Amino acid sequence: MPTIRIPTLLRPAVGGVARVEAEGATIGEVLAGAAALHPEFGDLVFESDGSLKRFLAVFLGGRDVRHLRGLDTPVPPGAEIIILPAAAGGAR
Amino acid sequence: MEVPAAVYEEMIRHARSAVPAEACGLLAAGPDGKATRAYCLTNLDASPVAYTVDPSEHIGALHDAEGHGWHLAAVFHSHPAGPPVPSATDVAKALEPAWLYVIIGLAPADRPSVRGFRIVDGVVTEEPIAVEAA
Repeated sequence: MPTIRIPTLLRPAVGGVARVEAEGATIGEVLAGAAALHPEFGDLVFESDGSLKRFLAVFLGGRDVRHLRGLDTPVPPGAEIIILPAAAGGAR
Repeated sequence: MEVPAAVYEEMIRHARSAVPAEACGLLAAGPDGKATRAYCLTNLDASPVAYTVDPSEHIGALHDAEGHGWHLAAVFHSHPAGPPVPSATDVAKALEPAWLYVIIGLAPADRPSVRGFRIVDGVVTEEPIAVEAA
């Protein structure tokens, strides 16, 4: 079963843990699987149209899934998915 | 946060090299919390008033840090023409409560200053940067 590494920002939505396992054959399915277990997680990860929140990047095998097939990117069994919030800001 | 002089100077060098744009990067720390490496990364915004760390470089820094037994403990960026204090944008976009937000002020250019802040749920608390002599 794939594992999702949860950033600190999202941990309150999954009971405070750093990793969540969820079933699924694609990135979208795995994230949706986690959201089924933790609805607040889904609210934080998905836009209302089902797309990924813009301030989050999701990585599989060290590659940003936006540069692969997005939420349709296939996920091998046992793979680790890493979610990183954007590191951003600025003087204005 | 304790920061070795070489790491501190690396952040300032990166900030100066990006002028007039903001520079950005990530700081790794060891289990003791002391900074171990400055990852000087690409500012996707290439702007004098905004930064976004390139996510592909962010994940690379994460893997490199963890490969050394470190963790990512801070994000740093520069304010090329302003003071090293969090702007409203910095506060609004501070999404990692476990990180120290380090800001390098480059005005005046000959006397850069570096300050660190915790930003949690919009609340800003300064945390001193202690530069450790080489």
